[in-house]
Amino acid sequence: MGKTFTRPKSLAEAHTHYCPGCTHGVIHRLIAEVIDELGISGKTVGIAPVGCAVLAYNYFTFDFQEAAHGRAPAMATGIKRVRPDLMVFTYQGDGDLASIGMGEIVHAANRGEKFTTIFVNNTVYGMTGGQMAPTTMPGQKTTTSPFGRNVEDCGMPIKMAELLSALETPGYITRQTVIRPKYIVKAKKAIKKAFTYQMENRCFSMVELVSTCPTNWGMSPIDAVKWTEEKLLPYYKLGEYKEPV
Amino acid sequence: MGKKVLMKGNEAIGEAAIRAGCLNYFAYPITPQSEVAEYLSRRMPEVGGVFLQGESEVAVAYMLFGASACGERVFTTSSSPGISLMSEGISYIAGAQCPVVFVNIIRGGPGLGGILPSQGDYFQATKGGGHGDYHLLVMAPASVQEAVEMVMRAFPLAEKYRNPVMILGDGLIGQMMEPVEFPDHLKTEPSNKDDWATSGMDHRKSNKRNLVKSLYLDPKVLNDQNLLLKSKYDQMKREEILYEGYNTDADYKVLIVSYGTMSRVCRTAIDLLKAQGLEVGMLRPQTLFPFPEKAVRDAAWKESCKAVISIEMSMGQMVEDVERCVQGRRPVEWYGKCGGDVPTPEEVMDAVRKIEK
Ligand SMILES: Cc1ncc(C[n+]2csc(CCOP(=O)(O)OP(=O)(O)O)c2C)c(N)n1
Ligand code: SF4
Repeated sequence: MGKTFTRPKSLAEAHTHYCPGCTHGVIHRLIAEVIDELGISGKTVGIAPVGCAVLAYNYFTFDFQEAAHGRAPAMATGIKRVRPDLMVFTYQGDGDLASIGMGEIVHAANRGEKFTTIFVNNTVYGMTGGQMAPTTMPGQKTTTSPFGRNVEDCGMPIKMAELLSALETPGYITRQTVIRPKYIVKAKKAIKKAFTYQMENRCFSMVELVSTCPTNWGMSPIDAVKWTEEKLLPYYKLGEYKEPV
Repeated sequence: MGKKVLMKGNEAIGEAAIRAGCLNYFAYPITPQSEVAEYLSRRMPEVGGVFLQGESEVAVAYMLFGASACGERVFTTSSSPGISLMSEGISYIAGAQCPVVFVNIIRGGPGLGGILPSQGDYFQATKGGGHGDYHLLVMAPASVQEAVEMVMRAFPLAEKYRNPVMILGDGLIGQMMEPVEFPDHLKTEPSNKDDWATSGMDHRKSNKRNLVKSLYLDPKVLNDQNLLLKSKYDQMKREEILYEGYNTDADYKVLIVSYGTMSRVCRTAIDLLKAQGLEVGMLRPQTLFPFPEKAVRDAAWKESCKAVISIEMSMGQMVEDVERCVQGRRPVEWYGKCGGDVPTPEEVMDAVRKIEK
């Protein structure tokens, strides 16, 4: 009998630096599987963010660039404009994409840049020790909202999938999660669809993935999954938000 | 050599990049250089190039970074406040060793300052601007023709060093109309970047992937990386210094150090002073980094020379480099203005007369 489950070619053999129960690893694997299945690793350029995934390139075997905090969509724009034949994706956290990089993502999406964004929304700044993000839930305690996020002061958490879907420019926008196998199957389909639209030179695509950060949430991996289902998914609703017409 | 045409500096700068073989331009409008973007928005489609107006200078810097990191020639033009915004990206580009060409048509500062010519960004261009230990190779043209040639030379230089290059002009260089020609011999082929650029593994027919980054968490590795960058700056100091002397064969009593538009006014002042019987020499740095240290020192230490004056359209920035070179062996003075009025030859003559006594 042959092997039924192996490491995708696009995924490097490396020890992970991500914490136990963190969803970054699963998401990396899905991207690698999709890139293998589409046979595009030789023309793919990934862009690592500033955040826990800054070292993402250690886990992939194709070309990679490393951005400054929030600027990955501008780098992806630069690549796609001068080399439209390359397949480009940005991999960004919520601090990176929805705070410091808000301008870059909105304008790239609005210009309809033909790249794919994998948006890992774990509601906190993981890498710097769990500070509040624009996506932190009302009342959620973080190291810079020790009394819980006060929406009077900080506003409501930003829903990026909805926000980008409001743009008139055609695009593919979806929100998924990878906290249980049943969600993982759907998330992979969405990632594949996003890359396929890019291959067809159709539109900008973004897959938002509601994610866990057990370390900074102060929870066990299992509790983090439960909390995501109970608290996050009712607010960050999963589903397809926008299809290119 | 091509034929001579009359062109505005900003348009000539845009055309020069195309003639040099750079067909990718990203920018954000700002006075006094928006004509470059306007010109290239028409011209790039004609030559099958890329023109994109980004949403901010912050974004533009990273568009340049991404495009350059995958191996293509790219450039931008901006003016002082725009360069401040790009400076974050410039630091990353220098750290990741990407060959991007920047043109700064300086306007008055700080803050919004003014829209008239200035040389107030000397420190920003030559000493940093962004964070960390890096340098740009900085060239300062004194005419539209020289701006054209420097832009055309900037691309192979950026590739030789895998380092960003900046052309530092002032509003006058951008706005002035002068006859120019685009020397054919300055058109160059982009260098082969297969060993580092993220051009796609298929593109390179190799299974070694490339990585463009500036993060080195291991202190020894980061130190080594900075030593590597330093070795490039040291090589620039050995191989790329450019300067021009004026009236330096004479036994001058005063040495002027001046660059860009300001140096043109100084020439006129030197001619007028000569007619009045006072010999004055001038050293005009064409590269500001690397700075012509030895040339300035030798010119200042000439037997006949009693004093040195740095004349700049700033409140005294280059003068610090001049002082460093002269090493206290001659008095070093500064004269300048930076509101947007270019000092007149008479004002320069007065400044020289004052120190000559
Ligand atoms: C310009 C700049 N500001 C701040 C930082 C510090 N910083 C590094 S990562 C980060 C937040 C990352 O959070 P997120 O994007 O949510 O990703 P995560 O770590 O949660 O995956 C911050 C603020 C930086 N590197 N650069
Ligand atoms: S800090 Fe959070 S986001 Fe970062 S690796 Fe750990 S669990 Fe994942």
